[in-house]
Amino acid sequence: MFSDLVKRHSIVLLTLLMGLISVPADAQIDLSGNWVSRQHEDWEERGPGPEVVDYLGLPINEEARSRALAYSASMLSLPERQCLYYPPHYVVLGPQGLRIWSDTDPVTGREVAWKISAAIDRSIITIWMDGRPHPPEDDLHPLGGFTTGKWEGNTLVATTTHEKEGYLRRNGVPTSDRTTFTMHLSRHGDTLTILGIYYDPVYLTEPHAISRSWQLVPTGNLTPRVPAPCVPEAEVSTLQGDGAVPHYLPGQNPFIDEMTKMYKIPREAVLGGAETMYPEYRKRLKDTYVPPEKCVRYCCGWGGGQGNAAPGLQCITGGTGTLNER
Amino acid sequence: MRSGILAPTLVAAVLVLAAGTSRQLYAQGRAGGRAAPAPPPTARAAAPIDLTGNWVSIISEDWRWRMVTPAKGDYASVPITAEAKRIADAWNPAKDQAAGEQCKSYGAAAIMRVPTRLRISWLDDNTLKVETDAGTQTRLLRFGAPKPPEGPPTWQGHSVAEWEIAGGRGAGGRGAGGTPQPTFGNLKVVTTRMRPGYLRKNGVPYSADAVLTEYWDVGREPNGDQWLVVTSLVDDPKYLQQQYVTSPNFKKEGNGSKWEPTPCSATW
Repeated sequence: MFSDLVKRHSIVLLTLLMGLISVPADAQIDLSGNWVSRQHEDWEERGPGPEVVDYLGLPINEEARSRALAYSASMLSLPERQCLYYPPHYVVLGPQGLRIWSDTDPVTGREVAWKISAAIDRSIITIWMDGRPHPPEDDLHPLGGFTTGKWEGNTLVATTTHEKEGYLRRNGVPTSDRTTFTMHLSRHGDTLTILGIYYDPVYLTEPHAISRSWQLVPTGNLTPRVPAPCVPEAEVSTLQGDGAVPHYLPGQNPFIDEMTKMYKIPREAVLGGAETMYPEYRKRLKDTYVPPEKCVRYCCGWGGGQGNAAPGLQCITGGTGTLNER
Repeated sequence: MRSGILAPTLVAAVLVLAAGTSRQLYAQGRAGGRAAPAPPPTARAAAPIDLTGNWVSIISEDWRWRMVTPAKGDYASVPITAEAKRIADAWNPAKDQAAGEQCKSYGAAAIMRVPTRLRISWLDDNTLKVETDAGTQTRLLRFGAPKPPEGPPTWQGHSVAEWEIAGGRGAGGRGAGGTPQPTFGNLKVVTTRMRPGYLRKNGVPYSADAVLTEYWDVGREPNGDQWLVVTSLVDDPKYLQQQYVTSPNFKKEGNGSKWEPTPCSATW
């Protein structure tokens, strides 16, 4: 009798079978959607931008420090540098929201890749989930690097290699093209946290870890791709034609003591190093540090932009010291 | 004849695929779980991750607001209300110290952002103890349905913990008894009944109505490093315009040789 029932409903059962087969075999949790950035950590660095010489908490070596001190932001106005993107690791350094989606095999339904949207200055990150190996070390380093991933429970662990040279902070602290960047993407309800860990044998003395959070906004409509092709043009007339590259010679960076003047933080801390990341470093500061009397710039703000980023507050939100600067 | 073979074959196929799918659904944690096993007897035995040991906070984020006391009026990154700003603008650390309120910036809503070392152990089979050397604080994360304590709110509040199991692929057996355990998961902690304190050393307040929700994740890197990330969500209708979301991270240390308890300080 049961067999007769099965015969009569074989088409329904076959449909059910196909449905079962199409369940993604590997996904542990759905990361897809539009995720808005919560800039409750390092808002100033991610939004308006870091101070010119601020390497606090970065485990950099002397070579990295020297390159950072030679950096001038005017360098980015050179036509040949205007369209240089940030490497994939900028995903946890920048202020942007994320759109995340997966690509699946149309026949098996298995996930082939997870993708993280591009931003105006970063390419799409493709996280290959199909077991393909990383290319040889001397293979092409594309703008988006090369990333593979695997699930560890509800956490997607991704490893990026083949990055181009880039920045660890937007004030010129460099990363090399030998950087390996791992991401741990963990979703808890409507909150997504990414722990990013940097390994750079050229510029870091130990791994550097950053974690950021985003929150799901179903009505968001983030652009998955770079909004428009980058077209360089001459922005500064003095940078045309003479071959000059804006920079500071060793010992001549005029901003090296700006953090000390504004925030009373000693130069040795401002210049970074692994020791500045650990709690015991506070001992070195305890007897000499005196906080500034009052906040004079970037005092309030948690949004994406410089102006009016603290709704409802009369507060100094910008860099010039005026209330609710736009 | 052919249909006579087809029927049992279809039944068998459906059963096999259904069994496989139930494993997948279990692996997706709370989304599925039709065939979830009986809960283990204690939180310690059910632990999908090992949080015990010594951890050090890595201050690679918000350095200027965590490693030193920021200037009065520096509230960057915190989505405060106008009322919170009014209170913070009146911050007086000397007054706090004199009033015995020097631990206001070491309460549960703030302590994980303080540069510190953690020492995590099991107080009993259903209570995780989290000690900090900064401020010499102790958090008790209680599993099950613990009864809220009587008496006034405390700096560390009342924390209810639960494992969020995501595994099902392997047999870890981190807990007692050797029972096969799911390999992956995280800890969720909800803390209430906190004594009003500061989210930031320079007087950015949270109120007695604040609720702290945390997700504790552990990740292991290929080089052997273990990282703990505590995603912290603070809801405070009085002093926050939106949920305050941070994610301090900690690195595992091999021993407690750098453990150095210090008292709370209102100024440093």
